[in-house]
Amino acid sequence: MSDPKNNGTSRSNGVNPDKDVNAQNLPGQRGDQGETIRVQRGMFGARNGGDTSGYGGLVRTVRLPGESARPYGGWFDEVADELEGALEEQGLAPENAIEKTVVDRGELTFHIAREHLPRVARTLRDDPALRFELCTGVSGVHFPGDKGRELHAVYHLRSITHNRLIRLEVGAPDSDPHVPSIVDVYPTNDWHERETYDFFGLVFDGHPALTRIMMPDDWQGFPQRKDYPLGGIPVEYKGAQIPAPDQRRSYS
Amino acid sequence: MSTSPASARDTTEGTVYTVTGGDWDEIAAAAKQADDERIIVNMGPQHPSTHGVLRLILEIDGETVTEARCGIGYLHTGIEKNLEFRNWTQGTTFVTRMDYLTSFYNETAYCLGVERLLGIEEQIPDRATVVRVLLMELNRLSSHLVAIATGGMELGATTIMIYGFRDREMILDLYELITGLRMNHAYVRPGGLAQDLPPGAVDAVREFVKKMRRNLPEYDKLATGNPIFKARMQDVGYLDLAGCLALGATGPILRAAGLPHDLRKAQPYCGYDTYDFEVPTADTCDAYGRFLIRLEEMRQSLRIVEQCLDRLAPGAVMVADKKIAWPAQLALGPDGLGNSLDHIKKIMGTSMEALIHHFKLVTEGFRVPPGQAYAAVESPKGELGVHVVSDGGTRPYRVHFRDPSFTNLQAMAAMCEGGQVADVIVAVASIDPVMGGVDR
Repeated sequence: MSDPKNNGTSRSNGVNPDKDVNAQNLPGQRGDQGETIRVQRGMFGARNGGDTSGYGGLVRTVRLPGESARPYGGWFDEVADELEGALEEQGLAPENAIEKTVVDRGELTFHIAREHLPRVARTLRDDPALRFELCTGVSGVHFPGDKGRELHAVYHLRSITHNRLIRLEVGAPDSDPHVPSIVDVYPTNDWHERETYDFFGLVFDGHPALTRIMMPDDWQGFPQRKDYPLGGIPVEYKGAQIPAPDQRRSYS
Repeated sequence: MSTSPASARDTTEGTVYTVTGGDWDEIAAAAKQADDERIIVNMGPQHPSTHGVLRLILEIDGETVTEARCGIGYLHTGIEKNLEFRNWTQGTTFVTRMDYLTSFYNETAYCLGVERLLGIEEQIPDRATVVRVLLMELNRLSSHLVAIATGGMELGATTIMIYGFRDREMILDLYELITGLRMNHAYVRPGGLAQDLPPGAVDAVREFVKKMRRNLPEYDKLATGNPIFKARMQDVGYLDLAGCLALGATGPILRAAGLPHDLRKAQPYCGYDTYDFEVPTADTCDAYGRFLIRLEEMRQSLRIVEQCLDRLAPGAVMVADKKIAWPAQLALGPDGLGNSLDHIKKIMGTSMEALIHHFKLVTEGFRVPPGQAYAAVESPKGELGVHVVSDGGTRPYRVHFRDPSFTNLQAMAAMCEGGQVADVIVAVASIDPVMGGVDR
């Protein structure tokens, strides 16, 4: 664990466990690369004084796995080369479309600039060397701490021809929650984009009929955003009051 | 009173919406003006042939369906949101309730995702993996049996319904013996299984395989060659390969279009590459082809179940890493399943450290390094994908299920439009949607 006296961002001597990439016993220490999604202070959910845990000064920056450098390994390089080449052929500089490439836990992720998403998706589907025929839909993720791109749309594409799976990730700010729709490339995303709109308020521009799909049509708010409460009531169990799930102690 | 059908006004207690019906005389006059028999029918959300609370909105011209749409969301329970407020292990208790006919697939897919995030995929004991495969294949049988039984019932073939549920009952009995519950098991846990197989389980499964091999030909005798059954199923719910891939349809629907795509072969997980089985296909693209595929897949599943029984070797069913392995030692007590009294005696009486460890792991849970993972399994209905995101905490940051029922149901319009009303029932039954999975 981190030294509570230090603020976690600057260390002068010794190995900072937060930045020790080789540390095996610490969760998620992957250098200072990657997106900062959260800064944790203290522990055991003690946030408003009276902290007797001894962890009150703990500051830990939580980052998602950062950008990977070439070679990515295996067929990942082949897909990246083909995609870059195909985009160049269409007169689109790959570095403008692909913001970064992350290889983590044996999975390949391309972070795509949102305005170029339909073009990239079409290229991935149609290029004979890529041929990602099957899209398994879109999953939204809300990172309130990731300033400027709080809302992420994550797509998984499967190539049956080449037996491969890749991930595309697109970010959009809370203030402008727009991502182009890829329903005309992958019609299967019709309901998936409606679901992500319903739960996260991500507006997929160009979708044929972007309406709520799970929640009632007149529902207000977007339930799976992190600032949307879970709700619930305290229940009695064996004489004790058990608070609602979102009121219980959190260890994260 | 407002005059328009729908209006809103602000009051001190918030906005009040008023929705009033239209004028019946106007509607009747407009209907009189129309010269065709075009009507819009709401089928469901409470209808015996819609597989739960599915609402079908059909525009009908005579007996022909000109437009078909689905209304879903009636069974939305917010499971994905709820998962974010429970620890990683508690997650299986929720996901098992999504598609309640394929519980073991939901649990295993979720656990494979969590295990990938933890980086312990290689450390899962063999016995746990074999039992997972065993239960998943039994689950494929029970899910297909329900698909065939309810699909038959909706055609009026009640005998096939009785047969299907009779055989499924034997599988539910096995579940009860192994996990303690007939449905909603929460038996597969991140790192392995909740507990080992009970004594007598292997014999019971062997006995079941024997009985099932005897019962399976009955479906052939009853339905496969039956001219009425074939007349109702053939060329109904047509969806070709291009349509399947565009609409993301997987599972029996895709294989009925002739593509032998099965994740167990294409991207093997849980050691499926070491099992001997075949992937059946059909080239008819219709409901009859999907029925034949389900029937053949049940035979193949029996083969896999037998191979699992043969390779079951004694051993642990939970990872050795004590920082992850669930500490409970479950045993059957007088008031049902619970912690074994010996284990409680040990942690309460002799080992303070074990008590602390147990308490920490159960109340707080383990931490999962930040990042995301996608794990997919071939469920009886198609590709069941799980997108798991962790922020390094003891609770999932986000879990998204790509449920095959949800995706496949989109193909309903393409299968039904232009066909007869009665064929809508057959087409929907051949998709085999389970609303618990569709709405989550």
